[in-house]
This record gives sequence, C-alpha cells and structure tokens, in this order.
Amino acid sequence: MSDRVLTPETLLPRDEPVRLIAPDGTAEADQHYPMPDLAHLRDAYRALVEGRRINDQASALVRQGRLAVYPSSHGQEACQVAASLVLGERDWLFPTYRDSVAVIGRGVNPADAMVLLAGDWHSGYDPTEHRVAPQATPLATQLLHAVGFAQAAKYRGEDTVVLALCGDGATSEGDFHEALNFAAVFAIPVVFFVQNNEFAISVPLSRQSAAPSLAHKAVGYGIPGQRVDGNDVAAVLSVLGDAVDRARAGEGPSLIEAHTYRMQAHTNADDDTRYRERAEVQAWIERDPLTRIRAYLTAHDALDTATEDRIAADAERIAADLRAALNADTDLDPEDLFRFVTTDRTPQLDEQWQMLRDEIARGAASDAVSPTGGSR
Amino acid sequence: MTIAHDDIRLDAGAPTTQTMTMAAALNLALADAIRDDPAVVVFGEDVGALGGVFRITDGLTERFGEERCFDTPLAESGIVGTAVGMAMNGMRPVVEMQFDAFALPAFEQVVSHVAKLGNRTRGAVRLPMVIRMPSGGGIGGVEHHCDSSEAYYAHTPGLTVVAPSTPQDAYSMLRAAIASPDPVIFIEPKKLYWTKGEVDTSQVAHLGTARIAREGTDVTVLAYAAMVPVALEAAEIAASEGRSVQVIDVRSLSPFDDQLVTAAVRATGRAVVVAEAPGYVSVAGEIQARVFERCFEYLEAPVRRVTGFDTPFAPPKLEHFYLPDADRILDAIDSLHWDDDEETR
Ligand SMILES: Cc1ncc(C[n+]2csc(CCOP(=O)(O)OP(=O)(O)O)c2C)c(N)n1
Repeated sequence: MSDRVLTPETLLPRDEPVRLIAPDGTAEADQHYPMPDLAHLRDAYRALVEGRRINDQASALVRQGRLAVYPSSHGQEACQVAASLVLGERDWLFPTYRDSVAVIGRGVNPADAMVLLAGDWHSGYDPTEHRVAPQATPLATQLLHAVGFAQAAKYRGEDTVVLALCGDGATSEGDFHEALNFAAVFAIPVVFFVQNNEFAISVPLSRQSAAPSLAHKAVGYGIPGQRVDGNDVAAVLSVLGDAVDRARAGEGPSLIEAHTYRMQAHTNADDDTRYRERAEVQAWIERDPLTRIRAYLTAHDALDTATEDRIAADAERIAADLRAALNADTDLDPEDLFRFVTTDRTPQLDEQWQMLRDEIARGAASDAVSPTGGSR
Repeated sequence: MTIAHDDIRLDAGAPTTQTMTMAAALNLALADAIRDDPAVVVFGEDVGALGGVFRITDGLTERFGEERCFDTPLAESGIVGTAVGMAMNGMRPVVEMQFDAFALPAFEQVVSHVAKLGNRTRGAVRLPMVIRMPSGGGIGGVEHHCDSSEAYYAHTPGLTVVAPSTPQDAYSMLRAAIASPDPVIFIEPKKLYWTKGEVDTSQVAHLGTARIAREGTDVTVLAYAAMVPVALEAAEIAASEGRSVQVIDVRSLSPFDDQLVTAAVRATGRAVVVAEAPGYVSVAGEIQARVFERCFEYLEAPVRRVTGFDTPFAPPKLEHFYLPDADRILDAIDSLHWDDDEETR
C-alpha cells in the first residue's frame, strides 16, 4: 500500500460522472483521466460493433428457440468492452449473466459463452483458459469470490488484478457489502465495477439506494469510489484502467459505478412496458455508446469507410458463426449429469446412471417397435 | 391501529366458484387476504409494478396501494429479516422469494429466527408470516431457477412447509397459511402455475393434512407439488393395464399427515413415494421411513422411492432425463412383488 492519506475527500466520487466524449462526439478534457489514444479507441470501437452484433444475434436466437434465455447488454457495450480491454492477460474477470460480451472480449468463443443460455450445460468454457470465472446468476455472490481470488494472488506473489462485475440491484445484497469490506480491510487488488443500468428487472435504482450515488458507498469502506459515463467508452477505459493500475501498484481496491441504461427488457421473458415509459428508453438512444465513439473517431480521421466496412463484415462473420454453432444439433450426453458432481463419481451416482441408462435403452428398444410408444 | 387476528373469516367476500389457473388462484388468495385483514402486507422483488416475475402479485399494488404490496431493495435476507420484525409488531407479512434458489441468502434468517422465535420466547412471540417460493423444474429454466429445496425447510423444526398442486389448494392453503399464527414456507410448483382448475373461495384448508387425489386399491403413490399430476398420469396408465393405483397428494410436508397416509398404505399394502428433489436425505426419504415404521406388518413389498438424481438440477436440454416421469413411477410400481409376478424377487 502506498502511504497516500485516505480522507473522505480523496475517497469520494465526483458529483458528475467522468466523461471524456460528449454524446455528440466532441472531446471533453479531464485533468485526471487522460483520453486513450486513437488506436486504442479504434480497437474499442471494433469491439463495440462486435459486441452489439453478438447481443442482437443472441436475442434473435432466443426468438428462434435456439437459446433458452438471453439477458442482453444492448446499450451497455461500452462497459462490457472496457471491462475486457483494461485487463492484462494474467488478470481475471468475475462476470454475471449479463456480461457475455465482456466474457467474449476475454477470448472466450461466443458459442461457448452461450452454452449456459442455450441450456446445454451450466457453463461452456474452462475458466482457467481465459481467466474468466463462470457467469454468476445468484446476485453479488461472485464479488466475494473475486476478493478471495485476488487475495490468493497476493499471497502467492502474483500481480494479478481481479475485475468483479455486478449490476445496480446487486449492490443491495449483503454479499456486496461483505465483499467491499473484505477487500478494503485486506487491501486486495480487486476492482468492483457496477454497471448501473437503472433497473433490476422492474425495480428502479431509487428502490435500491438512497445514497447520492452507488460510488459514494465506497467511502464507507475506506476505498475510493468513482462515477463514469457508462456510454462513453473512452471514459470507462480511462477510469477503469486507472483503478486497475492502482490495484496492481498495491494501492488496494476501488469501486467504479458506470451510469448506463438497459435498453431492452431484462430478458426475453420480461415485459418492460409494465414498468417503464417508452419515452425514457427512447431518450437513451441518443446516448448510444457506438454512435458517440464513432463520431469522435470520424472527426479525428481515425475511422474511414473502408475500415468501418471491414469491422462490420467481421462482426457479421462472428454472428454467422454463432448462428451456425447454435443451429447445429448438439450431441448431449446424459451421463454428464453424473460425471462432474464430485471428482470421483460415487457408487450412489453410478447406480443412478445405470438406472437411467437402462431406461434410455428400453426407450430406444420400444421406439424401434412402435415409434409412438413410450418405454413400456 | 390495533389489529385483531382472531376473527379472520376466510369467506368474508362473496364466495365464488370459478375455473382459473394456479397463478390466478394464488393472486386471488393474496388479494382476498389483503382485503380482509389490514395486517396483511405483501413485499419482495418485482412484486409491485411488474406483478412478480410469475405475475402472482399482479395488480395488488394498483388495487391496494404501495403500503400493502411493495417492491423492496434486492436483498432476500433483508426481506425475510424485516418480515420477522413486522410480524413481531402486529403485521402479517407475506413475502415472495423470486425463485427458491434465490431464497438462500435469507436462509440464516429463516433457520435462526423465523423458525425459532416462538420457541425461544416460550410462545410469548409468534410469527404469523408466509414465505412464498416458486419451486422445482420442468420449465426449461437455466441453473438456479429449478431447485427444490423443501428438505432444508422441512428439516428445520418450527417451520410449517406446504406445497399445493391444484388451483383449489393454492387458494385455500395460501389463505390458511396467511391466517396461521406460525411461519409457513409456501412452496409453489412453478411448472403448475398455468394449469387450470375449479376454485371455490369458501373452501378452507387445514394445513397439516394430505389429500386423496385418486382412489385406488392395489398400491398407494404418495406425491406432492409438480409430481402429483405425473403420479395421476401413471395411475391412469396403470388402470388401463388392470392395476388400481391410489394417489395421495401429500401437500403438507411439515407437519406430515401420518394418519391419512398410514391408513391408506395399510389398506393397499404397497407404496411408492415420488418427489422431484434429489432423493438422498430428502422429504421422500422421510416419508418412506415413516411409512415403513407405521405399516411394516401390512406391507407386501418394500416401499419404493422415485426421486430426482443426487446431482445438481440438470440444464434445460437434459432435464427430461432428470425429472421423474410416469414410466419411472410405473417401473417402481412393477417392482412391488406382485402375486402374479413370474419372477417375484
Ligand atoms: C440472490 C438473487 N436474487 C434474485 C435473483 C433474481 N434476479 C436475477 S437478475 C435480477 C435483477 C438484477 O439487477 P441488477 O443487479 O441491477 O443487474 P441487471 O440485471 O440490471 O444487469 C434478479 C432480481 C438472483 N439472480 N439472485
């Protein structure tokens, strides 16, 4: 830990979220957070276009019955992209169900990231391969895992930084509080990144917190909090990057709140017309994270039509691959139900698998005799 | 405001008999309870404007106002813990856990306080509160959306644990749960939310009783929640094969209706217990043990169980392998040492 004096003033977030690019694409200079360079921003733009395409492709696949459910991050892609770009190769990401685009940004194959949502298995990638924990559904639970993971890295002398994601609603859970407190007390190299998209299913932010902002909660734990415009990818990169650097330098955890908006319903199973006005959703279209960075790059001669076309074509190819992967019939093995419950399969589970195998065999035999009959 | 609980009359409204879904029956029970007793408050996640993710609280905030049905911050321990305080101070909270796996952050409140406060205070404090929990699979839900955790609650002394399987029971048992002086874990089989049946709002349930869902003389199948219709389907097939299967809807997991079940199994001499939850250390295992203890001399064959596997709940595309179906129940029935068996074991 540096011997920086921690006073409430140094821990408090700004009154206004940090912003480096205005919705119309013009730059806003900031004394503390530098503007990322153009090459870096062009990479971010590419990732944003791909992320948007993946989100919208996945939503379409739900409508076609190829995914069981998809909690889309449409509109939140600047947060998703920045969360993967600020991490080094040896760092770790602890995501939620809504963070598929960030997961894919870490190198996980899009089809593998969709295995949970397609209903094939509970997670489709090896967390150690891409340094991404399985996407967590029980809210805020992953934040504690992130803290423990980073604590272990510290003990082991590794300079790993862990980025832990959650939504605004999840900040109301006890686990959120416990994670921030543990991280602060042990000065753990973890960055808590809250995507405040204004809603937890139907419940608005005002029902989650009476604090001036979610980032203000940090001061109560003795860690710095910061707010950032979550639809400004430049600002998110800069603010998150700063927090990651400080964590790596041994300066402990921080809490970053991105102000963004969930442009679509919670999932396909949700009907958001029951709890929010269309005008409110419409108003956020003007703050779309893609148009903003695109305007900035174009104005700085960093994005020409040819590059844009190439990026769009690549995004189409990713979407086509995802479609093909999910349209292919997967060969699922029912024995998998029993394979991984414990390291060594118990005799009890062997017996149960035997029973299921007999049932399947008898079913196949009777189907061969009468195509409509059951296994009897 | 003083609130008297003694004179709650379940038929205070005009009694009606209508056909409706289980979801509508639960909604009606909540509405009637709020209407009849100013102490009843409903709260939880998304229960207000949205009407709950399963629409069980649909329209309650609109009809009765924010004071009677409201959204809370997203915190299950907070929801159950504050309900305890409310119940200590004259209210009858009815809280919703969004899915039964998401009730787990509240587990400490449930086990350490909800279940024990009455006992700790030698009865000076009673907790008239209901914790509603959509439970079970069969809806193609991803992980943490299909769990059956009734055994944890049934194992905990001090909790009443019930699970209806028909719209009628959903209505009557929820009214009875809300009227109960003690805390009730109210398990709702989400697979059955959209099944329809007649509901007579003047019917009052007595928690703690089982129900004969189908008469039969050869074997008793004991089931609850989403497994009741599956047991009835098995009974129907068995009937076509000349075997008369009695189906009992256990519906009260704690306390358990030993009286009805014991008499039934003694009469048929054979029993199969069916449940969706993993079988090891389960409610099904407890029922099986009780039946053995009380009916041993009357049994023609061992009591069998048909349950979920001892694995985490299956992902959507594999859940049909996991969930007990009619064939699995019929296989268990077939193994019960029938006299006409060629190879009786
Ligand atoms: C412990 C727990 N309780 C309830 C749920 C059900 N649930 C899933 S997502 C959600 C809303 C979460 O909102 P937020 O944290 O703001 O994230 P967002 O979905 O907006 O990204 C709820 C209530 C859950 N997954 N886990």
